[in-house]
Amino acid sequence: MSSTFLNRYPRANNRHDEMLHPNGEVRPHWEDLINTVGNASESAMRQRVESVQRQIKENGVTYNIYADTQGAQRPWDLDVLPLVIPEDEWAGIEAAVIQRAELLNAILVDVYGAQSLFKEGQLPLSLLHANAGFLRPCHGIALPGNIALHHYAVDIARAPNGQWWVIADRTQAPSGAGYALENRTIISNIYPELFYDLKVRRLSEYFSSLRDSLNHWGRLCAAKQSASNPQIKPLRDGENPLAVILTPGPYNETYHEQSYLAGYLGFPLVQGSDLTVRNNIVMLKTLSGLKPVHAIMRRVDDDFCDPLELNSDSLLGVSGLIKSARAGNVLITNSLGSNILESGSLLGFLPKLCQHFFNAPLKMPSVASWWCGEASALEYVIANLNHLVIKPAFPQRRERPIFGEDLSDSDKDKLIQKLRANPNHYLAQELVKISQAPVWDQAESNKLTANAIGLRVYVCATPNGYVVMPGGLTRVAAGEDNRVITIQQGGTSKDTWVLGDQTHIHQSLIRKTVSSKDLVHENAYLSSRTVENLYWFGRYSVRINLASRLLRASLLYFLEYSSSEYQATEWTAVHGLCVWYGLMADTAKDKESSAPLSIDHNEIEKQLISAVLSKDGNSLAKNIQQFYQLCFNLRERLSLDNWRAINQFCQIYIAPNPQASSIAPNTQASLSEVLSILNETCTSLVTLSGYSLDGMTRDHGWRFLSMGRRIERIQFLCTLIQSGLNMPVESNLDWLLELTDSIVTYRSRYSAHPELLPVLDLILLDENNPNAMIFQLKGFIKYLTNINDHYGNTHEEQIMTARLDALLALNPDQDFQRGSTQLMEWLQVTYQASIEISESMSHKFFSYSSIQQESNRY
Amino acid sequence: MRYQITHQTKYSYESIVTLSQQLLFMSPKNFRYQTCISHNIRTEPNPNESLAGADYFNNIKNYISIFAPHKTLEVSAESIVDVLNRPTLDKLLPSPPWEEVKAKLSLGHWQEEDPINYLYASVKAPADEVFSQYAELCFTPNRPLIEAAFELTQRIYRDFEFDAESTDISTPLIDFFTSRRGVCQDFSHLMISCLRSLGLACRYVSGYILTTPAAGQPRLIGADASHAWVSVYCPVNGWVDFDPTNYCLVNDQHITVAWGRDFNDVSPMRGTVLGGGKQTLDVSVTMTPVFDHELSIQLPLNVGNG
Repeated sequence: MSSTFLNRYPRANNRHDEMLHPNGEVRPHWEDLINTVGNASESAMRQRVESVQRQIKENGVTYNIYADTQGAQRPWDLDVLPLVIPEDEWAGIEAAVIQRAELLNAILVDVYGAQSLFKEGQLPLSLLHANAGFLRPCHGIALPGNIALHHYAVDIARAPNGQWWVIADRTQAPSGAGYALENRTIISNIYPELFYDLKVRRLSEYFSSLRDSLNHWGRLCAAKQSASNPQIKPLRDGENPLAVILTPGPYNETYHEQSYLAGYLGFPLVQGSDLTVRNNIVMLKTLSGLKPVHAIMRRVDDDFCDPLELNSDSLLGVSGLIKSARAGNVLITNSLGSNILESGSLLGFLPKLCQHFFNAPLKMPSVASWWCGEASALEYVIANLNHLVIKPAFPQRRERPIFGEDLSDSDKDKLIQKLRANPNHYLAQELVKISQAPVWDQAESNKLTANAIGLRVYVCATPNGYVVMPGGLTRVAAGEDNRVITIQQGGTSKDTWVLGDQTHIHQSLIRKTVSSKDLVHENAYLSSRTVENLYWFGRYSVRINLASRLLRASLLYFLEYSSSEYQATEWTAVHGLCVWYGLMADTAKDKESSAPLSIDHNEIEKQLISAVLSKDGNSLAKNIQQFYQLCFNLRERLSLDNWRAINQFCQIYIAPNPQASSIAPNTQASLSEVLSILNETCTSLVTLSGYSLDGMTRDHGWRFLSMGRRIERIQFLCTLIQSGLNMPVESNLDWLLELTDSIVTYRSRYSAHPELLPVLDLILLDENNPNAMIFQLKGFIKYLTNINDHYGNTHEEQIMTARLDALLALNPDQDFQRGSTQLMEWLQVTYQASIEISESMSHKFFSYSSIQQESNRY
Repeated sequence: MRYQITHQTKYSYESIVTLSQQLLFMSPKNFRYQTCISHNIRTEPNPNESLAGADYFNNIKNYISIFAPHKTLEVSAESIVDVLNRPTLDKLLPSPPWEEVKAKLSLGHWQEEDPINYLYASVKAPADEVFSQYAELCFTPNRPLIEAAFELTQRIYRDFEFDAESTDISTPLIDFFTSRRGVCQDFSHLMISCLRSLGLACRYVSGYILTTPAAGQPRLIGADASHAWVSVYCPVNGWVDFDPTNYCLVNDQHITVAWGRDFNDVSPMRGTVLGGGKQTLDVSVTMTPVFDHELSIQLPLNVGNG
């Protein structure tokens, strides 16, 4: 098979090919991979492709599309073929990228410090002041170890002569390292032997270095904090500093990656509103109060980080952050203002600056660039437009690149006018024919396409110098236009294999041994927002469970009611519950009696179906969408398996593409289709609640989750039993058992038609029934007591205990029957109490996260 | 001239504020024409933290934060300032043609570090063709810089109308340019955008101006206002201040608090609060000459509204 698919592979005559020599032979470092693929049967390759797609889907690897605030997520795209780079070639890339990181760091430190490059005339002042990325309030921020650039990524590509060139520098909050890690996890799974035989270098050390380095500098900041503020205790021996990842939030395009990294590195993922600055110290708002933060790995853009001194409209930042950084109390990576380095206007000066700082030539050239802000450069650009691409000089201007060769004469004149009017704003770059690599064609079997590729390489600062991730994110140009590579516009990606032996193992300088005093038994850094999300996660997981059972019961009774001679009296009660849950409209409201005979069957049928599937209103689908959003926000708290299960289950309701959804969007689902969806949902939910019962650590976060579950059940049970008591005497009670998932227990005990007293006993008083009222109350009190032991607060506990005592004081023989005012009253009071408790808990524990921040200015 | 200035700011909130962090530019600068004799800022409630420092443009900034729950925040800045006479138009040295100034600044040399800070478009004073076209009506070829800048001051004063109701701090400059109505910030930002679009350096100055009471009326407390104007860089005369809202050169009736590229760099008070809900703002400025004497300029003065 090998020869056939190589024969069909498109050759390049004017660009470098990663896999083939110009003479058509496979390059030696590709041979093993090509043989493996070539010798594999068609079905084996198909399995690999499917395995990649399945893992992406199951792991929920997504890339948010920016403009879509509705949360549209595009699945990540990954080719089955990695990019292979031999050891010696990689050594060259590594050295060049380290040199460049050191150079850029030196420039950044100077710009926000002494500015001697400008004083000495190495750089024109215009470069600084015309750049909107130069943030004056950040001048003078303390830089531990003289490092401002901690995380750096560089986009490189290969020219026709085989030389690697730098296309762009990512210096603000480089994204993609997490995707590279996920690509690796997925691809190494599909070629396990090959991966081992080729000694592909591993990525995990890079992330350990990153974590250790942040902890190293975080420790310095911790010392600074306690030295300047007597209220801040020094770190205990062996205690790690607190490093967090600051995210712009779930709508950011790479939120998935941020939560993945947070989970992988073990840093809390926080939003701006989770942090506050007190006495020049950044604090994390946790369940147990404010905790000092020592290092912030930010994924928020420079200008949005501090509404007090930077963009005052930003809701993503932390007021006073700059002040704290200036005092040296917190490490921010990258240092604020680092965006200035992303300006292409700097590229032309780098060779000279490299000589200036290191007395050495630049090891890897940048793509030839001309900043139009220099008069001579502008004239060159105008004279040579045809083979140049024009880009904004400063990344703040979001303009698409213009290819000179594409322009008509009149468009060219317009462009020249634009350049002359604001030359500072533009940069021209040489058009490079970048190399191509084989991409497995998913549409046609046994076929390779050739696409342009670029490699993003990641670097992080350590106290011992910069280290490079041995691999990276290979990005593949989408479609025909091989000149633009962007994931935003739908390109795919590749894993990157750097071959080599394992002698490269990087020795971490940081203390590695763990002693018993380092053991941690409770997550001290639960942010108030996380806890609030967990509480609602608990409530929603029960709510969707109950709602799907309720809708299933309603459907069945409706079918019975409308089609058989026996007119199910239960329909009224279940319908009432649907109305209470907001799933259906209250049709009986404006009528004198709830006269069931006047119901329009078609209307009800439509309502029931839309209660399950409708994307608007308060349908089951809508509730599941909200549940999914909560899960997404809690992504770093959920295990991979748990996340997979949630992801699979939710896809039925929220899949953006119709194939994944069981029902085509424009056709009306039938009742039986809806019924089968509901059955499937109920089954999945059993699995899900199993995870939250078995799979999660019993910390305070879990307790809040459990309290959310209990409160939701209490409210449901109160309403359910009240409707049950209001039904006509002849009504069947099966549905009460069905909705409380107690039918099996009941039958095994009584093997008789359900009667009110034993049913109520089972769902109110049976301590062994996990769906019974008493089980909810006792559990709730237990968790609350445990939390109160830490946070001292007893009001809610007293209310719940009083409700429990009152329940136990009821006399079943007398009160567990229709018309019992005692029981009705108990249900009503308990329902009210549960609402109050939920509100007062939000007030006490989540208040930090719910207060809105406002800005003022005049 | 010596002046006493009281600048009072009061925010009232609909609900309790639990944390307030504010950055103030309310302390008058010291420079060639001005000396601040005494200055203090009081806030109610008292701040839990208070920190003074200099910003990138060497203005005095004050950072305060308040943790105590409150529903009103009052900031009162009191200053006594001495101001010297500045050269009037006829006393300024002859200025070079504006193109010469532009050419010199475009080299980006460190010697011009001070003006180059203020050479490029900024958020509130953006670049646009319409501004350069408007400026070219005054900046004809080879015209001396100061003469052209003074004519631009006059043109803006004539073409635009002072109207405290028509704009707020979020109004884009181009809207003001179209509606032709606005306040001192708009007048100043327009002049700045015009000059920068020609390649000239100019800065936004925030401060106070003395208002003249109507004939026979006593000076009203709080009727004065914070004000803004424009300072233009001339290689011969240094920075020369023009007030386009009042069509005058700045002399000894303007108090300088801070300067920057535009309003965003030096707004008197900016910050964030937790909670608070709807907020209302009340600002009053009282500026009194400590030794009263005849005013030298008798133009109809427009006041800014901060």
